Amino acid sequence: MVTTTCPYCGVGCGLDLHIKDDYIYRVTSDFNNVVNQGNLCVKGRFGYDYIYSDRRITSPMIRKEPQEAGKRVQAFDVDQWVEVSWDEALDYVAKRLVKIHQRDGANALAVYCCAKASNEDNYLLQKLFRSVFLTNNVDHCTRLCHAGSVVALQMAIGSAAMSNTAAEVIKSDCFIVTGSNTPENHPIIALQMKAAVEKHGAKLIVIDPRKLELCDYAALWLPLKPGTNVPVFTAMANVIINEGLINTKFVADRTEGFSEFKKSVQEFTPEYAESISGVEQDLIVKAARMYAEAQRGAIYWGMGISQLAHGTSSALSLVHLALLTGHVGREGTGLNPLRGQNNVQGASDMGCMPYHYPGYMEVDKKENATKWEDAWNMEAGSLSLDKGLTTTEILSSVGEEGVRALYIMGENPMMTEPNLNKTKKHMEELEFLVAQDLFINESGAYADVFLPATSWAEKDGTFTNTDRRVQRVRKAIEPMGQVRGDWEIICDLAQRSEELLERSRSTFWRYNGPEEILQEMGEVVPEYRGISYKRIDKIGLQTPVPDEKHPGTPYLFEKSFPSGKAKFFPLTYVPVFEAPDDEYPFILTTGRLLEHWHGGTMTRNSKLDDLYPEARVDVHPIDAVRTGLDDGDAVEVGSRRGKVVLRASVTEKTSPGVLFIPMHFSEAAVNLLTVDALDPQAKIPEFKACAVYINRVGKELLPDRSVRLDRGRW
Amino acid sequence: MMQKDSLEKPKNNQKLLDNIAPFATEGRSGLLPALHMAQEMYGWISESVAATIGHALKVPLADVFGVIDFYTMLYSRPVGRTIVRVCADPSCSIAGAKEVLDNACDYLGVKPDETTEDGEWTIESTTCLGLCDQAPAALVGDIAITSLNADRTSEWLALDAKQPVSIIDGDIRVLTRDCGGSTPTDLETYQARGGYLALSKACAEVNPVDVIEEVKVSGLVGRGGAAFPTGVKWESASVAEGQPKYVVCNADESEPGTFKDRVLMETNPHQILEGMLLAGYAIGAQNGYFYVRGEYSRSIEIITEAIDEARCAGFIGNNICGAGFDFDIEVRVGAGAYICGEETALFESIEGKRGFPRIKPPFPTTHGLFGKPTVVNNVETLCNIPMIIRDGVDVFRSYGTDKSPGPKLFCLSGDVVRPGVYEVPFGVTFRHIIEDLAGGIKGGSLQAILVGGAAGAFATSDELDVPLTFEDLRDANLPLGSGVLMVFNELRNIPIILSELAYFFAHESCGKCYPCQLGTQRQYEILHRVVRGKVKRGDKERLLDVGWTMTDASLCGLGQTAATAVISAMDKWPDLIED
Amino acid sequence: MNKNVTLTIDGKRTTVPEGATLLDAAVQCGADVPTICYHEHCTSYGLCRLCVVEVEGQRVLAAACVAKAQADMTVSTASERVIRARRTILEMLDSAVDLSEAPEIEDQLNDYKADRERFSEGWERECEVVDDNPMFIRDYSQCILCWRCVQVCADDAQYAFAINFSGRGHETSISTFYDQQLTLSTCVFCGQCVGVCPTGALKPKREWLLETGHEQDEIIKLTQAKRRKKKRRQERPYQTG
Repeated sequence: MVTTTCPYCGVGCGLDLHIKDDYIYRVTSDFNNVVNQGNLCVKGRFGYDYIYSDRRITSPMIRKEPQEAGKRVQAFDVDQWVEVSWDEALDYVAKRLVKIHQRDGANALAVYCCAKASNEDNYLLQKLFRSVFLTNNVDHCTRLCHAGSVVALQMAIGSAAMSNTAAEVIKSDCFIVTGSNTPENHPIIALQMKAAVEKHGAKLIVIDPRKLELCDYAALWLPLKPGTNVPVFTAMANVIINEGLINTKFVADRTEGFSEFKKSVQEFTPEYAESISGVEQDLIVKAARMYAEAQRGAIYWGMGISQLAHGTSSALSLVHLALLTGHVGREGTGLNPLRGQNNVQGASDMGCMPYHYPGYMEVDKKENATKWEDAWNMEAGSLSLDKGLTTTEILSSVGEEGVRALYIMGENPMMTEPNLNKTKKHMEELEFLVAQDLFINESGAYADVFLPATSWAEKDGTFTNTDRRVQRVRKAIEPMGQVRGDWEIICDLAQRSEELLERSRSTFWRYNGPEEILQEMGEVVPEYRGISYKRIDKIGLQTPVPDEKHPGTPYLFEKSFPSGKAKFFPLTYVPVFEAPDDEYPFILTTGRLLEHWHGGTMTRNSKLDDLYPEARVDVHPIDAVRTGLDDGDAVEVGSRRGKVVLRASVTEKTSPGVLFIPMHFSEAAVNLLTVDALDPQAKIPEFKACAVYINRVGKELLPDRSVRLDRGRW
Repeated sequence: MMQKDSLEKPKNNQKLLDNIAPFATEGRSGLLPALHMAQEMYGWISESVAATIGHALKVPLADVFGVIDFYTMLYSRPVGRTIVRVCADPSCSIAGAKEVLDNACDYLGVKPDETTEDGEWTIESTTCLGLCDQAPAALVGDIAITSLNADRTSEWLALDAKQPVSIIDGDIRVLTRDCGGSTPTDLETYQARGGYLALSKACAEVNPVDVIEEVKVSGLVGRGGAAFPTGVKWESASVAEGQPKYVVCNADESEPGTFKDRVLMETNPHQILEGMLLAGYAIGAQNGYFYVRGEYSRSIEIITEAIDEARCAGFIGNNICGAGFDFDIEVRVGAGAYICGEETALFESIEGKRGFPRIKPPFPTTHGLFGKPTVVNNVETLCNIPMIIRDGVDVFRSYGTDKSPGPKLFCLSGDVVRPGVYEVPFGVTFRHIIEDLAGGIKGGSLQAILVGGAAGAFATSDELDVPLTFEDLRDANLPLGSGVLMVFNELRNIPIILSELAYFFAHESCGKCYPCQLGTQRQYEILHRVVRGKVKRGDKERLLDVGWTMTDASLCGLGQTAATAVISAMDKWPDLIED
Repeated sequence: MNKNVTLTIDGKRTTVPEGATLLDAAVQCGADVPTICYHEHCTSYGLCRLCVVEVEGQRVLAAACVAKAQADMTVSTASERVIRARRTILEMLDSAVDLSEAPEIEDQLNDYKADRERFSEGWERECEVVDDNPMFIRDYSQCILCWRCVQVCADDAQYAFAINFSGRGHETSISTFYDQQLTLSTCVFCGQCVGVCPTGALKPKREWLLETGHEQDEIIKLTQAKRRKKKRRQERPYQTG
């Protein structure tokens, strides 16, 4: 039996893998595990089988037909590739990258790090591109999920992580869940939320356009229209201020900018919020009172807050509520953005972002660059002080003067970027593309070189979960075929590249194992300094862990904020980028399902796909009548950017006027429809709202008529 | 196909939704009433009907099915428009119930538990219907018919048979003072004979604490079988923390051989209601539940009417007797589960769950219905309360012995000349009741008396002169139970009776704890083998091990007494089972 | 402040915090009290009664997993009555249920010198293996009705409420709504039930296939998503709207 950490969502459940002859036949979890108390969801318990899939790529490959910019095509079939040795593959990658680097400069290269890979892998990949290729064009999918929250939290309090531990929800007496379908996306945290309500008497306020499972447990449900968070939350602030429910001492001692903010909220009356959001003003008032009058109020949110072209304001409006009431810095309170990926917190901590080195040190500050130049054995002044490009910007700047080569570790932008038809064009324009993954996914299919990497069960390392807990990942089975650990691939490639670049000093790539990588990072980053594999052998530690004696930090900001005082920001209401009109009368919102994971690289190659084999669009019964649809009908949903054909589910889970399509299904890729409008500060796209039409079409147009979801829980 | 059915939203269910609307607001505790409603509307409960109810009451569907499948009177498959239930327990069995059932099956051309092709009839063998004094008995639909003649199937199926009328007699007529006659005592008559005086007196002049004190001093103990001091129970609930508090009348009379509560309900309902009201007043409760077994449709009707009468007269509702005391009583109907007579299983049943008994402690007086302090009393127990308060403790204690004060009802059935309910003061002997009151043994000399019901023990002629008091019976190693005296003459086959009793327990075990779940079945199997003459070496020891394991280790009273009769028979007749 | 209670277990005085069960107290004393249905992380319902102990002055035996320790109790964990009850329960269970994949119960049968043929001719829990979903199988002939699966499916852990009971008495079994297949129930396939099942009644499908003689390669194919996607993929380049 091998104890490790789940590779799916940000909860970071402990797993015990039961193995016979290198074959995992059962997964259990320790009931004493502090994170999940022995509870798992379907993905953690049964969703590991993709590692055994016969579609998995286990040998390095190069495309048979050489690809060139503008004519790049996808190759899903292994017959379109040639198996090569690691030497050949890595020499080829190094040669091409170095050539472009030398010809077009450092910023012609870009890399997508991976929120699914370990801290060690991510640290090394950003180190490779920063220290060897000298570019800050380093980003990962945090840009697409919580960038709005991250920027808002950094602006307001100076730290972007979840302030408290998820399991603390049972200590809250009132908590808000908004923009999060927690039972499907963070199933184990949802169990703790349900227990908080059912067993500990907490009151739950759900603020979401969809009537989700948590509504059954909620004291209040505020069904707002997508993208109207700012007026609703600010109206709650208005009520809290005008009814004298603010925590005067907290506001006075620990915040600044209140009086200006107070003035700015006056126009956000509950009446006004109702007129925009559709939420009855009475509910807004009740919710404000319930949260403000709680002893320990907490806020949990998901991407319904951040994935908007005003995601930063949207998150800020939520932050204000905690600052007004002082519901932060104590157990059972807090500002808790639920991070999506198993290691999105870690990948961010590791500096896989264009503006930050590991430990959130800004790249445009000389003193930070100096620290890393020292750590990486580089000549002073060699690191770039220019901010790099974000995920979406990297693709949109592909072209002769822009990005020429892209290195993708484990991500799938061809499923996860907005407005995929545009993404497709950008992908086609790349001169060189490397995919390091387990499967040829929609993005990897465009690559010139495929580097097969180990799955989470075949390697050692650490993940940092949503509540900042650094936990061990352990090698449980021997790597399949010729696959290699990501860190080993990166080190090998780095050395070959340094050689070709004729660097006089190496930035050091000879690690004996992943732990040395974490140690190297910890020497510079104080939050991780006290973490060693030995200390987290049984129970992970929550960062910051500044030294080897430090017990970790369950909740932050007890005494002060990293920015000193927290700041209020007067906000204005910005409507969603694309409002419904006669031609596109519905708002489309997107999200995830319990059974699937993001672009589907893992789960659609798993038995999980049998549980939920097809994409569905949720349509409210009122809209179904209006548009003449029945449950199970084939429909075409289209926007100004694209269209998909899929089956309709007529369900009260969604609100009238709002359609919902999950993001996992390439045969009905919802991101063909979404709009690539970006938040000005966070650069996060507006996945949560775009205007679409829906029409019934013949069933023969479905991607595969033989496939039909047959489940009762909907 | 099943899959389709469950995915389809039930259609045309508006009528059902309208009918269950009053229960839907109650949530889960409205489940049993809603299921009864559906059963009545459709004759059975289909998947889509069950789903509609589950969604309306917000009860998980798996739980809805779990509840339906627990109760024998709820059907998850189609059954006949009329369900015939023929009692198979000893009193009826010795009166020829088997022949009645067999002939009816032949007549209808079906086997037990089957439905006739035209969908008219389903016939079942059932456990005690509380009509033991008029055996053999059956329910046709919800109509009880008695003294059935096996040769007249077509007549009794057409309800051309005796309707139940019990003999009510005895040395004294205190609890049964107003009982008898063919119609129940109505409010006017009840009041004319001093009814509700105790309630008005208590409300006007007596503190709740003093009511409890009176009941304590009276020495009244529970008449349902456990004989717990009633006043102590009330006091404990009254001082327990938690609101609201509840009073529950346990009228789930299902112990084979017992029918006194049915007689009390059918003849003098207000006496019970007054007892409940006084209990509510004493402990500070505002709500009462009257839980009647589903087979007692006449009792349900009469109690429901009596509650309406009392409500109209201001004895139930708000500001009772002008004394600021609020109390309401709701009738809850069981659905065919003996175990729901166990007080905590009864709570679970009211709460809309399967009738699984709870672990005790905590006891109902602190953690009862809905987890709140609750007094649960048997029908007969409550009937004693009005007279204690109205006439005083001394009058109550003038009956019976010092240690077993008060009047007591006994249910005589089996081989006696005049089976019926007999009221006596504690302290008379078996002989007095059987010979002087019930007219003696019928069909031969006395072989045995099953004392206390299916969960009771056997007495023989040696014990005929034992006085019926708690203390004397204890010395004689006999339980008083619920006051059952089931009499068997010398011709009766004890192993058959034991095997029937064992079948009863195997059928009624809830299945929660292992000793009872497995033990009742194993006990039945062994006894069934004995009856067929296929005794195996070691069967006696097997029966004792199973029996004592159930007695010692079961979770609730059902399992703890499921072997009492068997062990007592083996003790009385050591050669009963020969290896 | 927590109060303590002192009691005597098998002649040894021991002090436990108020609210501790007799099982806690027995464990603390080193007394060996066997359990079947008890699970540290599930609500105890005192079902199997294997943990019964004799408390002086009490009419019947007490289930140690739920009975609270009280001051000055005198408890015997291995009296004659206790041993008889445990042995008989084990014998009856063994005769009714397939315990071949419950090694802990098999050990208990040996410890209590159970006669495994004693009730061998009686009723047995016999069911077909239910293979109605991609994740796990259900073999209720191995089900001992410990209730753990129902509890963790409900508010002990997952709040999924997909399973409850059907029947009653010895014919009780674990069931979905009208015994429909799990995929149609509210099951979220968290497998929590599989994780707490003390016998082989609930088992990951892969483990079951492995045990029923399938090779790894074969299982990978058997348990892989049924549809082959390669072809479909090629046919569906993104279409511009």
